[in-house]
Amino acid sequence: MSFFIEGDTGKWEVVLGLEVHAQIKSNSKLFSTASTEWGSDPNTQVELVDCGMPGALPVINEFCVDQAILTGLSINAEINEKSIFDRKNYFYPDLPQGYQISQFEFPIVGNGFLMIQTEEGEKRIGITRLHLEQDAGKSIHDQDINNTLIDLNRSGCALMEIVSEPDLRSPEEAALYVKKLRSILRCIGSCDGNMEKGNLRADVNVSVRKPHSEMGTRCEIKNVNSIKFIQQAIEYEARRQVEIIESGKKIIQETRLFDPNKGETRSMRGKEESHDYRYFPDPDLPPLMISKAKIEELKRSLPELPDEKKSRFISEYSLTNYDAEVLTDDQYVSNFFEEVAKNRDSKLVVSWISVELFSYLKKNSIELSESKITPKKIAGLLDYIISGKISNRQAKELFEPYLKSNLEAKDFIEKMGVEQVSDEGEIEGLINRVLQENPKMVEDYKNGKDKLFGFFVGQVMKESKGKANPQVVNKILKDKLA
Amino acid sequence: MSIDNSIVRKVGKLAKIKIKESEENKLLDELNNILGWVDELKKVDTEGVEPMLSVFNESMNMREDKSDSKFSNNLITKNSPEKKAGFFVVPKVVE
Repeated sequence: MSFFIEGDTGKWEVVLGLEVHAQIKSNSKLFSTASTEWGSDPNTQVELVDCGMPGALPVINEFCVDQAILTGLSINAEINEKSIFDRKNYFYPDLPQGYQISQFEFPIVGNGFLMIQTEEGEKRIGITRLHLEQDAGKSIHDQDINNTLIDLNRSGCALMEIVSEPDLRSPEEAALYVKKLRSILRCIGSCDGNMEKGNLRADVNVSVRKPHSEMGTRCEIKNVNSIKFIQQAIEYEARRQVEIIESGKKIIQETRLFDPNKGETRSMRGKEESHDYRYFPDPDLPPLMISKAKIEELKRSLPELPDEKKSRFISEYSLTNYDAEVLTDDQYVSNFFEEVAKNRDSKLVVSWISVELFSYLKKNSIELSESKITPKKIAGLLDYIISGKISNRQAKELFEPYLKSNLEAKDFIEKMGVEQVSDEGEIEGLINRVLQENPKMVEDYKNGKDKLFGFFVGQVMKESKGKANPQVVNKILKDKLA
Repeated sequence: MSIDNSIVRKVGKLAKIKIKESEENKLLDELNNILGWVDELKKVDTEGVEPMLSVFNESMNMREDKSDSKFSNNLITKNSPEKKAGFFVVPKVVE
């Protein structure tokens, strides 16, 4: 489904590019030994470099360099053997150095791409670059009426900025792109992808144009920190731009903020002047040289990436493209699936995980990894279905209480007394009783009232309190009435 | 390349330096001198020469990813004119 904004003058196409900031999951900061632990008391994880003390010298964290290379390799990108750190100059209270150490002309990672799975098929999204930079501190505006409070614990934490080409065309594609990127980052472990904590956030560049025409003027929406907000912000901003152009005015290139409470974007006027960053190479830092041997070594250490896993799931478990995408989005989920699918019918396993289990998790607003549900727990129940001891329908009814209980499948099913009766002798006894009690019906059936068959089945099920295996009931009943 | 007074004022503003009107022309001459020297350097033919990314020819040193926060909150905020509950306090920054 192509996405267009319907304006008074016809269809408008939306052109989007994303700059994703991903905080690297390191113990210490990019250029200092201060801890990166989240949620500590303010200004307790600050080294001299992080608070901009004169004379303090930055020394780079090798782990962060490795993570940038690994991330570059997993988005099919060139790794630059020589890169440079620059100073990006601006004044803001949460940036004590007066500049951010970043990379401008010579980033560590160059051109790459990743694939997203849209409704129309796979789409390639170009990635312009990935560079390393320092995060700023945190400004708190709402704790004090007259002042702003500053916490420098985040100042100097390592960020990867990942810049996409303007290849995205809809809010959904932008969401798919961020999800794919996040699953890659989580898979290789370079970033935990937690958007609520701000460890992954995006600047969204939005412009609109008539299909097949020149690119329009873009606005940049800063620091959007959830996938839902990214979609809402794009939707709002694109409509705003169409209205402006259609009323005969021009779009002014500017930085905007998304307000999740109002669902709208607004201009960050006043920050424009500071956009002259006067980049220059940081004289404190020699070039960053990376040997071919190191790149090769890191390449060998890469785990199976989400796309590779997806292809394997499709061939190994005969999954559909869609199911494979859903199950490989999150590593915990894919490991869970593989554990349950071991020696079991993969079709049955997929439907129980991606339909029943996922809707249970969604209903209870928990992630699989946070729940106490183990692969063994799910597998235990599925084994009862596979062996015919309980029906699929019974299992569905029991599913939620089963997940909430601490019992294993065997104990739970015994306790609930739901084990399906497949014993032919026992079922035959029930059938005989039902037929004896309803001689008139039996006669009618034999005289051609076929519909009564359902009535007999129902009666037998009632007699068995729902435990009789319907297939066995059908079979014996047919023989008896023949 | 040369610049005029408006650029001098802009550079001052970006660097958060107050420039008196009486100083402007002096700074203008100094900056234009530097720019003139850069123009002179630009005349050198660098066709086919790999850009020099730094005056250092060696790679930067790297450190292991070990965390060690040596400074207490008291020390870090010691020079701050105003603090509150462990935070630095600055005049309201309006977003």
